Amino acid sequence: MAQISEKLLPSSTRARQHETIVDEDEYRRQRRAKLERIGKWLMPLVVLVLMIWFWNRIVTVNEIPHYILPDPVLVAATLAADLALLWQALLVTLKITVLALLVAVIGGVGLAVLFTQSRFVEMSLFPYAVILQVTPIISIAPLIFIYVDNRTVGLLLCAWIVAFFPVLSNTTLGLNSVDHNLRDLFRIYGASRWQQLLHLQLPSALPYFLGGLRIAGGLALIGAVVAEYVAGTGGIGSGLAFTILEAGYRLNIPRMFAALLLIAATGVVIFLVLSLLSHLLLHKWHESAVKREV
Amino acid sequence: MQDSDQSNGDLLLAMQGVGKTFGTDVEALRDMSLDVHFGDFVSLLGPSGCGKSTALRIIANLISPTRGRVVWSGDNRQGSVGVVFQEPTLMPWASVAKNVWLPHRLSGISMRQARPKIQQCLEIVGLEDFSDSYPRELSGGMKMRVSIARALVTNPRVILMDEPFAALDEITRFKLNYDLLKLKENVGCTVIFVTHSVFESVFLSNRIAVMVARPGRVFEEVAVDEGYPRDESFRTSSNYAAYCRKVSESLRQGIEAST
Ligand SMILES: Nc1ncnc2c1ncn2[C@@H]1O[C@H](COP(=O)(O)OP(=O)(O)OP(=O)(O)O)[C@@H](O)[C@H]1O
Ligand SMILES: [Mg+2]
Repeated sequence: MAQISEKLLPSSTRARQHETIVDEDEYRRQRRAKLERIGKWLMPLVVLVLMIWFWNRIVTVNEIPHYILPDPVLVAATLAADLALLWQALLVTLKITVLALLVAVIGGVGLAVLFTQSRFVEMSLFPYAVILQVTPIISIAPLIFIYVDNRTVGLLLCAWIVAFFPVLSNTTLGLNSVDHNLRDLFRIYGASRWQQLLHLQLPSALPYFLGGLRIAGGLALIGAVVAEYVAGTGGIGSGLAFTILEAGYRLNIPRMFAALLLIAATGVVIFLVLSLLSHLLLHKWHESAVKREV
Repeated sequence: MQDSDQSNGDLLLAMQGVGKTFGTDVEALRDMSLDVHFGDFVSLLGPSGCGKSTALRIIANLISPTRGRVVWSGDNRQGSVGVVFQEPTLMPWASVAKNVWLPHRLSGISMRQARPKIQQCLEIVGLEDFSDSYPRELSGGMKMRVSIARALVTNPRVILMDEPFAALDEITRFKLNYDLLKLKENVGCTVIFVTHSVFESVFLSNRIAVMVARPGRVFEEVAVDEGYPRDESFRTSSNYAAYCRKVSESLRQGIEAST
């Protein structure tokens, strides 16, 4: 008897799957999930369209002159017309941002590793890292441009100061939150300091580091833009921030908007790229990157 | 797997008057003496805070005793200890095979060289088909099995287990108890096993050190003179019930004596 029912069981479940009897609750849940999947993209788009339409109405109805608030259509047209110029500026800003982020990663991770290797180094240096972080960059930047001759190096320095702290503090936190039983295990098997760092601390810190990196990406862009504002004069080879300043002097408001749009888009792209990186590195094992079925 | 014969009963290690005081006033362990012979399955049984984990950590050389010492037969005790904690303690970023590889990896043995041994240990715990899975894809009991495979992979002279099955449901725990006994017979290893459960300790061990707290010490050693192999029928035998009664009684007396 037992054998027969066991044999029957799989085919009967299969049959049930074919009929796809879905109870009321399950049906509603699936519907909600589907709506949410579409809504995640659709809703922001609807809001965007509504805002642009509203913006357009305000400008047209009130007959606001374009040197005060340009029509969205005009902004789009300017973006297209000035694309070559804006693109050049974007590349300059992007270069500073990416370089600063790179140096922030090297500096932040390097310093964090140093901190975990020596408590004394951490004790001596950490307060100054905090001070550097809490001092507004806008107040340090003018000084930097007095002492640093090379414009690019100055810009890089400013962006780096803003971006490196989240990498440092998150990585330090991650390196220190190793499971203590795993640490004991490594000690029992006679792991060297280097092995412990490589095989235990760095992998444990990876999710924390990636969280810090995502914040740092946005901050590097902010740092680069702020520094450019302070650095001022640019001429050839100046970035988006300077383009905005210059357009402001000339009351070319549509171009200001177009440049602003590009900066915002750049920030979004940086965030998406870093999120993708994070997903690729973590999706196999870390809870934060694992999609739950139910 | 093990050179030694489990029945020869030579002395493997001896704790001699071991005491541990944390800070200046927390006396976690007082004057503990315990002989462990090859092939023994010794349980440390006692209430929370009686120094069971402290004793294991001293044997594993993770902390040093304040008084007394642990003497090992032979000289080389490097790599002679395998450990299983209450949590599986796996590296979530590494596959099952890589987790089991860890002890060898840390002593510089490549995956290619270690692969047969890893596969063998995974077979012993019944997980040979899961070597490429990640820990998060496994159930609690399976993770524990990986942890045991990792402890076996170096052919340790003794395996230390600190309440390994305490977090599992009873059905899984019984199954793993039974599998652990089978494994012990096949591999012929020596086990020191920490537990809160009278039933678990009687089922598994040939000796039980009943411990009491404040300060932590061994109150009494109870021998379970029931040969191996044991199977599930032992659980329902009258001998088993008698031993459980004896150990529970000892535990009660110990707690009474210490308060
Ligand atoms: N590192 C430490 N520093 C200070 N006190 C400690 C330390 N480790 C353990 N103790 C204390 O020593 C005593 C014994 O601890 P231990 O962990 O050995 O108990 P246990 O028998 O394993 O208890 P449990 O069953 O709860 O795991 C406890 O009172 C505990 O608070
Ligand atoms: Mg304990």
